[in-house]
Amino acid sequence: MNSFDFSTKIASKRFENPIFTASGCASSGQELSQFFPLSEIGAIVTKSIMSKARTGRITPRMAETPSGMLNSIGLQGPGIDLFLERDIPWLIENKSKIVVSIAGESVDEYGVLARRLRAVQGISAIEVNISCPNVENRGQVFACQPDTASAVIESVRRNIGGELPIIAKLSPDVTDIVEIAASVIKAGVDGLALINTLLGMAIDLNTMQPKLGGKTGGLSGPAIRPIAVRAIYQVHQAFPNTPIVGMGGVSNGKDALELVLAGATAISVGTATFSDPTAVIKIRDELRSLLIERGFSDFKSAIGYAHRQIA
Amino acid sequence: MDAELNQLKINRNAKQIDAEIISNKKVGPYHHMVFAVGEIAASARPGNFVALSVGGENSASVLRRAFAIYRATDKGLLGGTIELVVSPHGSGSKWLCSLQIGDFVNLIGPLGTAFGIPTTAANTMLIGGGYGSAPLFALAELLKNRGCRVDMVLGASTASKIYAPLEGKRSVSSLTLTTDDGTAGVHGQITESIPRLIREFNTEVIYSCGPMSMLNSINKIAQDFDLVHQCSVEESMACGIGVCMTCVVPVRVNEDIKMLRTCIDGPVMNGSSIIWDKESLKDGLTK
Repeated sequence: MNSFDFSTKIASKRFENPIFTASGCASSGQELSQFFPLSEIGAIVTKSIMSKARTGRITPRMAETPSGMLNSIGLQGPGIDLFLERDIPWLIENKSKIVVSIAGESVDEYGVLARRLRAVQGISAIEVNISCPNVENRGQVFACQPDTASAVIESVRRNIGGELPIIAKLSPDVTDIVEIAASVIKAGVDGLALINTLLGMAIDLNTMQPKLGGKTGGLSGPAIRPIAVRAIYQVHQAFPNTPIVGMGGVSNGKDALELVLAGATAISVGTATFSDPTAVIKIRDELRSLLIERGFSDFKSAIGYAHRQIA
Repeated sequence: MDAELNQLKINRNAKQIDAEIISNKKVGPYHHMVFAVGEIAASARPGNFVALSVGGENSASVLRRAFAIYRATDKGLLGGTIELVVSPHGSGSKWLCSLQIGDFVNLIGPLGTAFGIPTTAANTMLIGGGYGSAPLFALAELLKNRGCRVDMVLGASTASKIYAPLEGKRSVSSLTLTTDDGTAGVHGQITESIPRLIREFNTEVIYSCGPMSMLNSINKIAQDFDLVHQCSVEESMACGIGVCMTCVVPVRVNEDIKMLRTCIDGPVMNGSSIIWDKESLKDGLTK
């Protein structure tokens, strides 16, 4: 049992195990470190950072929905300067593997952020969040169109240099996610993060007004898991060699295994952390047991297993 | 207080445990529930809260429910306990109220900021709306032990919704009740009585807990009288531990407006630094 190889790889980077946090669901790690050592999981994916400090949207920012929740936070954050000065050194000190998630309002902003990150030591990968649904202008959801999606990735690719893997985070709110995946792969990503939240809405029956201050919000939680499984399955089928960081409503080891079988190379845990700060640890241990029970000798052989033709 | 530094210090006593229910009694429209929590009780301060999982394993409610701690006892017969006052108004709180003695609930606590205590004996007024009175009784006891005068004002829409247990009244110098419908105490909204009581008791510090609209009104009064006002605020919250950024309130920090998390930088906040009219910010915020 001890010989089970739980490690995974995204491009050149190796991770001790395939369980990551999801961006926006772990802040920059400090709060969760109260509950477990961050080095216990594959990586912390930090909350998407922008070039400037940002207050985010008006409250209420959260509404619980059946087996899920809506959020409309709007990328509140300290901005890249404070993030690099305060959060990255802290994460390194706490021996965490770091995936930095970036978000921009323009193609140029992504390029600027990539340039800031290119010389930073201690980062394992960049997640390029081109799919945050909480922006005023749907045209700014770069992941909704193949040309805007690839323009952002090209900008990041030009500015990042070196061998830092680029992961594009895509939205399921598109007609054909494989087409979007194809465009960013062509533009030079090393991996994909699937899926971001889906745009949703809830209305308060007493006030008869939208529950969220931002009116619409991103839907997450177990309610969206079948959509994540489908998106990962479709994209893995089309691009079996592109690593996928799978996410979407994973709240236990079985859920994680389902995404792995669909084609995920790593699993991000988001909303489950809100209900249980140690969810990532439980999911890691459950997934490992489930894989061993099924006779896998390493994690890698389970990736995309559902695509195999059983003779 | 520096909010950026605060996050690194706060919640360092927080633990996650399966807490056994050792009492669950209906009190008027509320439930008074006691949980065995071991060492969590010793680190709980008035104003702190706990976050409970609700609905059981297959529940469609994925988020925890936050409750202000009514009382924490660190050396009872059953070890450390905390007591909560739960209003069964939503599916999660109804499920919680339906639990039996001996059932377990996953609990994280103590979380958030506590009420600040004056360094010298002061005249304090504790104002609670509805079951928002819950965290004020432990605060009253603490203030009394520090030599403070404690005047408590509890209001609700109707008499049955005032939560004011007998043992909670021991530590107060005076107790004023108000009801919107006049079924108990002073007839009228709680805030109408406050200016008169401030003058009568020579109040120096106000503590409040209840709906945001009530806290806003109390804050205006506190500013008129130039009083320190510590309030326990409430905003839609997902995680309770500071990672999700949903439960924020706009706060003035030096020249800037910051969206501070009510779970980490609150729930107890300085009323005068909160920007209560958030609609006024709408256009200034990043979308």
